[in-house]
Amino acid sequence: MRTADRLSRSNQVLATTHYRVVGTRPIRHDGVDKVVGRAVYGADFKIAGLIHGRVLRSPHAHARIKMIDTSRAAALPGVRAVITGRDFPEADDRWQDLGEGNVNLKHLSDNVMATDKVLYRGHPVAAVAANSPHVAEEALKLIDIEWEILPSVLDVREAMKDSAPLLHDNVTTQEFGKDTGKKSNIAQHFRHELGDIEKGFAEADIIIEREITTATVHQGYIEPHNATALWSADDSITVWGSTQGAFPVRDQLVQVLKHPISKIKVVPTEIGGGFGGKIPLYLQPIAALLSKRSGRPVKVLMSRSDEFQGTGPSPASWIKARLGAKKDGRIVAIDSTLAMEAGAYPGSAVGAAAMCMWAPYDIPNGRIDGYDVVCNKPRSFAYRAPGATQAAFASEMMLDELAERMGMDPIELRLKNSAKEGTRRIDGPVYNRVGAVECLEVAKNHEHYRTPLEPNRDGKKRGRGVAHGFWFNVGLASSCSISVNPDGTITLIEGSTDIGGSRTSIAMQAAEVLGIAAEDVRPSVVDTDSVGFTHVTGGSRTTYATGLAAYEAAHDVVRQMKDRAAKLWEVDSATVSFADGTFTTGSHRIGFKDLAGKLGHTGGPLTGSANVDPGGHGGAFATMICDLEVDPETGKVRILRWTTVQDAGKAIHPSYVEGQLQGGTVQGIGWALNEEYVFNRDGAMTNPSFLDYRMPLTYDLPMIDTVIVEVPNPGHPYGVRGVGEVPIVPPPAAIAAAIHNAIGIRMNRLPMSPRAILEDTGVIPRE
Amino acid sequence: MATVYIPALMRELTGGAATVEVEGQTVRQIVNALESRYPGMRDRLVDGDLLSPRVNVAVDGYVTRIGLMERVGPTSEVHFLPAISGGRGG
Repeated sequence: MRTADRLSRSNQVLATTHYRVVGTRPIRHDGVDKVVGRAVYGADFKIAGLIHGRVLRSPHAHARIKMIDTSRAAALPGVRAVITGRDFPEADDRWQDLGEGNVNLKHLSDNVMATDKVLYRGHPVAAVAANSPHVAEEALKLIDIEWEILPSVLDVREAMKDSAPLLHDNVTTQEFGKDTGKKSNIAQHFRHELGDIEKGFAEADIIIEREITTATVHQGYIEPHNATALWSADDSITVWGSTQGAFPVRDQLVQVLKHPISKIKVVPTEIGGGFGGKIPLYLQPIAALLSKRSGRPVKVLMSRSDEFQGTGPSPASWIKARLGAKKDGRIVAIDSTLAMEAGAYPGSAVGAAAMCMWAPYDIPNGRIDGYDVVCNKPRSFAYRAPGATQAAFASEMMLDELAERMGMDPIELRLKNSAKEGTRRIDGPVYNRVGAVECLEVAKNHEHYRTPLEPNRDGKKRGRGVAHGFWFNVGLASSCSISVNPDGTITLIEGSTDIGGSRTSIAMQAAEVLGIAAEDVRPSVVDTDSVGFTHVTGGSRTTYATGLAAYEAAHDVVRQMKDRAAKLWEVDSATVSFADGTFTTGSHRIGFKDLAGKLGHTGGPLTGSANVDPGGHGGAFATMICDLEVDPETGKVRILRWTTVQDAGKAIHPSYVEGQLQGGTVQGIGWALNEEYVFNRDGAMTNPSFLDYRMPLTYDLPMIDTVIVEVPNPGHPYGVRGVGEVPIVPPPAAIAAAIHNAIGIRMNRLPMSPRAILEDTGVIPRE
Repeated sequence: MATVYIPALMRELTGGAATVEVEGQTVRQIVNALESRYPGMRDRLVDGDLLSPRVNVAVDGYVTRIGLMERVGPTSEVHFLPAISGGRGG
């Protein structure tokens, strides 16, 4: 097939509603700056008097700091400030919302810099600011620390044992608001229950059981964390840097530094990827305190090694599950236990994992137990659909096994059990309108699925697998303001940092309301002093919620412009209507742009604004088809063909939706086949670089074909559903199904690396 | 009356009942009604004057952002869910 033909058929949009701007593909507003390298990222940022900070990290996975002496470092010429954990104010021991979940502020502060005890290798213990980064690095070597090394625990199942070394003296197992009083690494246990699982399993004709493990993986964003801070003489603090949410950073700084909110401004720079990993604080409070001590602006950057060892990966997990089905394929009961590694402090993604694990299906009887477990690894944080990929690896493999045992098509089996409007999830909520069935139907009828696999070649075995996944998406608060310019263009001010083209997808929603072109909107992402509170760019919320804020702000503009038109025509404004970019009443009519030119003499400048905190986010489903071949001699898996089908509700800018589908799929493929933190016995990560932590390259992958299904979300005026997260959910399970189809082995662990495949096929002994 | 789905690990307080029906026009009134019928319930769900930060509440399928102030209809379903780091939704 010619490349052009291949590309032209690779992406499809199955649109159900057509608009003038929404659903088109304008060039992104920030495109030129990014293409020519002019966009300012955190590491590019410069300011007069800038000095450089570096962080000293623990060489031990678990140790007490008996003594720390920074005097030799402070005496090094060129050093301007040295701080340790004792320079931070005592943080409050309470929980705060960070957008994709809650975090304990004391734990947050201790994770920024340890005070008396380190809980993982890479845990910050001190920082230096100096005239040059090299001097700062030299000074770190002059900090003397006396350690008491403690036994460590690096595996979730080991950490759950009563005999495991305890990380915290004050962590006891919580059970939905009840403190069990038991000191343990199990920080929380919860349970979802629906129906009667004993009755369900008693009715089942087929029972399938699985136990799986998944490794710790990193988001792998290309731009490392960075922060520049200036603590002025008037105690105002300005922080520049890469973040998924300037306002949550400001709010966390308030808590960690115990500083007034009115004295902190956070200026987001461009962001080179985040995937959940740039929600928490790491460097910002360190840069701020170094600036306070030195009286100079301080920039702190992470190396890639710092990233792997000092930031929050997605948790490793252990999942055990049982499924019961009738002879006709109807699932009648499930029972699942999920345990996830929170890392150093409580708060893994196990809650979200439990919500998503069986969410694609209508199951009358189910129980899901979740355990949040601390261990001596970096504190885990959100990574694209946090927890859902691990959970789907277990549940979707079981669906595949059920289909095999039933002799049933795996998509037909899923359709038979599919969730739909009115289905109650095991964790309780009932679905509104969702597109699970539609995604499965499109996949079933797709040319890829209807085309037989090509025969095996060169001793390699080919297989096909499918998998299905869910992410619930979130809403959260967003703010926008719109100023109308005399030429009829508008300036759109927003607080959502733009990771995947959201400036444009938000601008398009305002343009649709106002009857102008997307190019007539100049969108700007601004600092925390310049727009109302806006939550993180995360949870697949930005195009949905900030887009809704832009939509409402545009309607505010329309309301005010009706008043101006009424003034112009000397009529009651209630008689003025607006449609297709034109204001009308009686025989009067004037276009948006023409009226914009008359604002100066009908009352002056005009700004519309909106603050929203919507709850109508609709969940999203994705179905994927994977063809691959396995080399039985080397264990290497090569992806031959891939199709991702996903419900976007309404694709505001289909190219960006396709980008999200492809990006999420590729990250899921990397998670499935190669990515993992490898630790030695001392708790040190042995592969903290992109040379040894193997992420997929373009050479490893075929074109990821996409189909956008549009089942409008009733909670958004254009039907938008978040799209960024669910595409990472099905890939590992789809690949596991295809590997089984190719070589007859069911892999129960991630990654399914060449070594793992050779071990599981008996070619080499298991380590 | 609203139907409240009792989290599995709180059913010791309701004698094992998975759902209960109580009067209330806001989540706060629902919690108060639960407390009067099942003492100890409020301590598990509320922290001071706010919903506990470790708890989410969904009314008619949507996780609310305003916690105890959320309106509850006469036939609403109310779910209390664990809110732990790394994800929230409904």
